[in-house]
Amino acid sequence: MTSMLGMLKPFWQNKLSRTGVIILGILVLMAIFAPVIAPYSPNNSSFAAMLGPSASHLLGTTQEGQDVFSELIYGSRQSLVVGFAAGFAATFVGLFIGLVSGYLPGLVDDILSYFINVFLVIPGLPLMIILAAYAPVHGSFLIIFVITVTGWAWGARVLRSQVSSLRSRDYVAAARFAGDSMVRIIFREIMPNMISLVAATFLGAAVSAILGAAGLEFLGLGDPSINSWGTMLYWAENSGALLQGQWAWLFAPGFLIAVLGTSLVLINFAVDGMGNPRLRKKG
Amino acid sequence: MRYLVRRGIMLLLTLWSAITLNFLLPRMMPGNPAEVMLAKFKGKGNMGPQAIHAIKVMLGISNESLFKQYLQYWQEIFHWNFGVSYTYFPFSVTHMIDQALPWTLTLIGVTTVLSFVIGTLLGIWAAWTRGSLLDSVVTSVLTFTSSFPYFWFAMIVVFLLAFVTNVFPNSGGYGSQMSPGFNLSFIASAVYHSILPAVTILVSSLGGWQLQMRNNMISALNEDYVVLARAKGLPERVLAISYAARNAILPNMTGFAMSLGFVVSGAILVELVFSYPGMGTLLYNAVSNEDYPLMQGIFLMIVIGVVMANFVADIVNVALDPRIRRGGGDS
Repeated sequence: MTSMLGMLKPFWQNKLSRTGVIILGILVLMAIFAPVIAPYSPNNSSFAAMLGPSASHLLGTTQEGQDVFSELIYGSRQSLVVGFAAGFAATFVGLFIGLVSGYLPGLVDDILSYFINVFLVIPGLPLMIILAAYAPVHGSFLIIFVITVTGWAWGARVLRSQVSSLRSRDYVAAARFAGDSMVRIIFREIMPNMISLVAATFLGAAVSAILGAAGLEFLGLGDPSINSWGTMLYWAENSGALLQGQWAWLFAPGFLIAVLGTSLVLINFAVDGMGNPRLRKKG
Repeated sequence: MRYLVRRGIMLLLTLWSAITLNFLLPRMMPGNPAEVMLAKFKGKGNMGPQAIHAIKVMLGISNESLFKQYLQYWQEIFHWNFGVSYTYFPFSVTHMIDQALPWTLTLIGVTTVLSFVIGTLLGIWAAWTRGSLLDSVVTSVLTFTSSFPYFWFAMIVVFLLAFVTNVFPNSGGYGSQMSPGFNLSFIASAVYHSILPAVTILVSSLGGWQLQMRNNMISALNEDYVVLARAKGLPERVLAISYAARNAILPNMTGFAMSLGFVVSGAILVELVFSYPGMGTLLYNAVSNEDYPLMQGIFLMIVIGVVMANFVADIVNVALDPRIRRGGGDS
């Protein structure tokens, strides 16, 4: 337990990353306690449509007559879950392929590296759009799947080069000569030395997953009936919120997406510091 | 030289995989895109047998073996023949792409270079004045802007500068009463219309460069050769620019290629918000009309464009970094 706390310590000591942790914490609490915070149900469409911000509707109402503020609070759930799930899945795939590729030089590495390089250059969003456009069912799983398919390569590349440098270290060679299995060496000897890199990969993947999901939902390639920050922007755009001066409805969801992304980037500053002590000073 | 040859082979392999992926996608998807397409086209009126053939080859409706289909597909690619667009019938996909491509190339080309230059300079400067108030402010603001969803910031900009204050046009690529041509008033109008989209892309992409450069620069400033140069009493300006920044910029160059894909993705959404007559808007129209031939064609063009740009960045990198030339370093 103390070692767990020890690992989390840098996140709190670094000023920037502490700010990130606090912001993320607030957003997570908002998602958990949405029913307590939101004044109305996000599905309650009994209000007058397209109202501007007022005391009873802090951010106005939608074209269907829902309260924008309540939608915003509840929408955090979907945006957080999809962002983190997709970020986690992309990191997991990247970690797996990076480990195998880095640990098995030769043919396996050549083939996997080739795939990594190809997926690295193919721009993510167009491929996501194509995949989602062909899919018969649109929903959260599709978005998570599509983001994973397009987003794993970056992590795989970074982790691969770390593994291939670690595997030539003496202590790994010693473990190999002692007859340890590949699985044991990878998980007991190599993995613990790249936790910070995995964490950085995850944070980066989560940021791009959150932005990617918002982009897809904005294009109408998500499930428009699910309430999330991306679909809120989709509806705001499609019901002419802009023309009607509904600035709050337009502004709030994107602002929170940016805040969420920023909190993860800030947390990443601590991880940068772990890997590169020179960045730590003064931080 | 060996490095360039290896890069060239990688370029060809990547192009081959992208084109093959484009071949496989509609064939792996549930349902039968080609049949759906042909059925939809029936309502559009007469289509030549050649056009029908092109659609079948591109999307995969055939009794032939997969291998034979693949060969036919390559034939069409070499003839630059991607079939007919459903949305813009009777125009061909190639025609539509020809119309849109110059807009996107100019917009993304200019903004990417600008963003790289400005972001890198800001990064050098932030690292140089590290720990100062200005550094903290600039770095925090750019960290925040780099998390902006491109399209959201585009909408805010449209709202503020086009609707509320009417300073800039809110959509399109040129004045509605004008027809595209190579004359001064058209170009002026096009530039005027491109300012908002360009600024949007710039603001959302600057942060990435700045952060990366700041990190590289801080590491470089602590290298022994910089410490030695300082001990020799070289002026600080020379230290920053010709000693530290020169080396710190190299990893950023490698990143240039990578983030191009990211900028392209963002630009697609920005174009949509501004109804900019480029590839992004075209792709959106294709997707919302389930215009598969057009969709496939655009995807292919975007991927080929990004792969080629990557190759160019690689060549520039070789010119800049003698270590790659000598060591044949693996990226």
